[in-house]
Amino acid sequence: MSKYRTAYLNARLIDPASGLDAPGGLLAEDGAIADVGAGLFADGAPEDAEVVDCGGMVLAPGLVDIRVQLRDPGHEHMEDIGSAGHAAAAGGVTTMVCLPNTDPVIDNVAVLEFVARRAREVKLAKIHCYAAATRGMQGNELTEYGLLGEAGAVAFTDAETAISDAKTMQRALSYASTFGHIIAQHPEEPALCDGGSMNSGEIASRLGLSGLPPVAEVIMIERDLRLVEATGGRWHAAHVSTAAGIEAVRQAKARGLKVTCDTAPHYFALNEVAVGDYRTFAKVRPPLRGEDDRQAVVAGLRDGTIDAIASDHSPHDQDSKRQPFAQAAFGIIGLETLLPLTLELYHNKHLSLAEALALVTSKPAGLLGLTAGSLAKGAQADLVLIDPDRPWKIDEEAFRSKSKNSPFDGRPVQGHALRTVVDGRAIFIHGRGD
Amino acid sequence: MSAASPDSTLRFPHRHLLGIEGLSADAITMLLDIADTYVEQNRKPNKTLSLLEGRTVINLFFESSTRTRTSFELAGKRLGADVINMSVQTSAIKKGETLIDTAMTLNAMHTDVLVVRHSESGAVKLLSEKVNCAVMNAGDGSHEHPTQALLDALTIRRRRGKLQGLTVAICGDVLHSRVARSNILLLHTMGARVRVIGPPTLLPSAIDRFGVEVFHDMREGLKDCDIVMMLRLQTERMQGRFVPSVREYFHFFGLDREKLAIARDDALVMHPGPMNRGVEIDSELADDIDRSVIREQVEMGVAVRMAAIDLLTRDLVEDAA
Repeated sequence: MSKYRTAYLNARLIDPASGLDAPGGLLAEDGAIADVGAGLFADGAPEDAEVVDCGGMVLAPGLVDIRVQLRDPGHEHMEDIGSAGHAAAAGGVTTMVCLPNTDPVIDNVAVLEFVARRAREVKLAKIHCYAAATRGMQGNELTEYGLLGEAGAVAFTDAETAISDAKTMQRALSYASTFGHIIAQHPEEPALCDGGSMNSGEIASRLGLSGLPPVAEVIMIERDLRLVEATGGRWHAAHVSTAAGIEAVRQAKARGLKVTCDTAPHYFALNEVAVGDYRTFAKVRPPLRGEDDRQAVVAGLRDGTIDAIASDHSPHDQDSKRQPFAQAAFGIIGLETLLPLTLELYHNKHLSLAEALALVTSKPAGLLGLTAGSLAKGAQADLVLIDPDRPWKIDEEAFRSKSKNSPFDGRPVQGHALRTVVDGRAIFIHGRGD
Repeated sequence: MSAASPDSTLRFPHRHLLGIEGLSADAITMLLDIADTYVEQNRKPNKTLSLLEGRTVINLFFESSTRTRTSFELAGKRLGADVINMSVQTSAIKKGETLIDTAMTLNAMHTDVLVVRHSESGAVKLLSEKVNCAVMNAGDGSHEHPTQALLDALTIRRRRGKLQGLTVAICGDVLHSRVARSNILLLHTMGARVRVIGPPTLLPSAIDRFGVEVFHDMREGLKDCDIVMMLRLQTERMQGRFVPSVREYFHFFGLDREKLAIARDDALVMHPGPMNRGVEIDSELADDIDRSVIREQVEMGVAVRMAAIDLLTRDLVEDAA
C-alpha cells in the first residue's frame, strides 16, 4: 500500500467551482488530485492505495478562510502559527489568509517571508498573507505593493484599522492598480466610532455603553466606492455587517465597479442581544448588529452580494477579555466554528449545501486569485470530509486554538469536519488525537 | 565677432515664448533650424556674436536652478547681450514685494527680454501681460518648459534626422513634470508617437486626452521605442505618498540595461537632468556614450536658447535699425 496514493470512496462529492454534487470518489496521488468524478471507484478501491471509505459523507475542497489573525509574530501567547494550524485543521480549513497586524507588521518582504517559512515548517493549513496597505498600518505612506506582490502578498489591507484618510485610500487604490492588486478595507469611519464598544441602539443605551453606529460602516463604504470609481482600482470590504453597507455594495456591483466583500459568521448567526449582560466574548468590531441588519447579511449571502464568509479569527487571551466591557479587547475566534456556522445557512434553508460551501471554498479563493477551493484534476489535494448533519455542541474546552474567546460556547450546531487533508496528507482526523 | 545670424528674414509669429502650446509645426521647425546653426557657432573657438549687442536680457528666476540659468546666461552672452541674473530668494520678494511689482520694476529699466522661471503654473503668463518686453518661460510650475522640449527635439532630430514617426516613451513622474508636458505637446505636433510610462499615482488625470498611449507596465511600454526619455523623481515623492520606496520604483520603473533591451537596439536614452542615479536611471547606463545622449541635450540647450532669444528680439533689432 503506497502511502502516496489515497483513494476516497463512497463520497458525496461537492465541488462548488464546477457545480459537481454527486456520489463518487477521488484519488489523491503525491499530494495532488489524480482523478475525481461521479461514479469513481463505484466498483471498488484501486490497488496499491490507502483507502478512505467516506460512508456517504460530503467530500469537498478544504475550506479557504480569507481573514485570519495569526498573532504570530508578536503575540504568540494568544495564538501562533502552529496552534492556528491545528485549529484550522479541526475546522476543516486547508488555506488561511492572514492579516498583516502582527508585530512586526507585515509591511515588508522580510516579515512576509518569515510567516511563509514558519507555515512551511509547521505543515498544517496553507498560509497566504495580506500585506499592509500603509507602512506600519499608520495610514500614511504606501508599502511596496509591487515587491510585496512578487513575494506572495495576495492583497493589501491595514487589518483592523480603517484607511481613514481619503487621499491615502485614493493613492492606495491608484498605485495598487499598477499591478492589479486589491485594497481590502476595514469599513468604518473612525471619527464616528470613538470610544464605542457595541452597536448603537437601545441595548447600548440600557447598558450605558458608548455606541458604534451602523452609519459609520456605510459612510466609509460609500466614500471608498466613489474613489474606486475615480481610480478604476479593485476594492474589498471586510466583514460587512449592516443593511446599508451591503446595499451600497450591491449597487456598486450593479454599476460594474470592481468590488467584493465578505462577512463573518457572527454577523449572520448572532445579533446584539448576544451581548447580554456585558458578555465580552460578544464584543467585536464591527459589533453584532440589530436583527434587521443580521437578516440583511443573510439576504446578502443569498443574492450573491456578499462574496465570501471569512471567520476574522481574532484570538485574545483571557486577561484581554476579562475586563469591564468598554475596556475589553474586540474580537472573536472563528477557525473552528466557521464550518458549522456556515452550515446553519443550509440547515435553516437559506442556501443549498453547495451554495453554503461555495462561500467558504471556491468563492473566497476566486476573489483573491488563490489556487485553492476546488476539486479539479491536477489541483492540490486539499480536502475536507464533512458530516453535514452530525449534531454537536460547540465547546470552548475542545478548541485547539490557544484562545477561547467565542460567544458560541454551548451552541448546538450541525456539521463537523471528519477529516482534513492538505497536499494529500491528513492533518486532522475526528476522534483521533492529532 | 560675427554679426547677424543666417535666415535673418525669418520672423517668429509670437511675441513671447510661454509654451509649446499654440506653436505650429512650422514655428517649431523655425526654432530648430536656427538652433542648428548656433550649435555649429558654439563649437567655434570664438563663440560670441554681436547680434544683440546693447540689448538687456534678465534671467528672473523665482525658483532656483543653476543649470538652466547658466544655459540662458551663456545663450544671452554669446549673442552679445548684457545679461543680468536675478534669483529672487535674495531680493525684494523676500521683503514681500509681489510678482508683478518685481516685473514692473525690471520693465521700467527697459529690459528687452525677461527669462522667467517660477514655481507656480501660469505665473509667467501673468507676468507677460504686465511688461513691455519679450518674455521667455524657463519653466512655470508643472505647466511648461518650452526650451527644454525644443532642445530635446533638436537632440533627437540631429541623431535621427527627423521627429515624425518616431516612438518616444516618457517615463516617470509625469504628474509633476513641465518637461513632460512640453515634450508631449511638441512631439505630438511634430508627428511622433508618444507614450507615457509610470504608475497611476505619477500620471496626470486624463493624460490619455493628450494623444499619448498610457502604460503602467514599463516592459510593455518600451517595446519598439526609438527614444526613452526618463524623468527625475524628486526625493519627497519617493517616500510612500506617490511611490512607496526607491527600490520599488527602480525595480519597476527605473531604466536599467535589462529594460532598455526591450526597446529598439538603437534606442536613445534621454534625461532632462539633474539625474537621480539609481532611482530613475541606472548610473552606469547614464554614462554609456553609445546609448545616452544626456550630455548632448545640455549642449543643444544653449543653442536652442540662443535661437529663442534671437527670434524673440528680431522685431527689436529691426526697430533699432
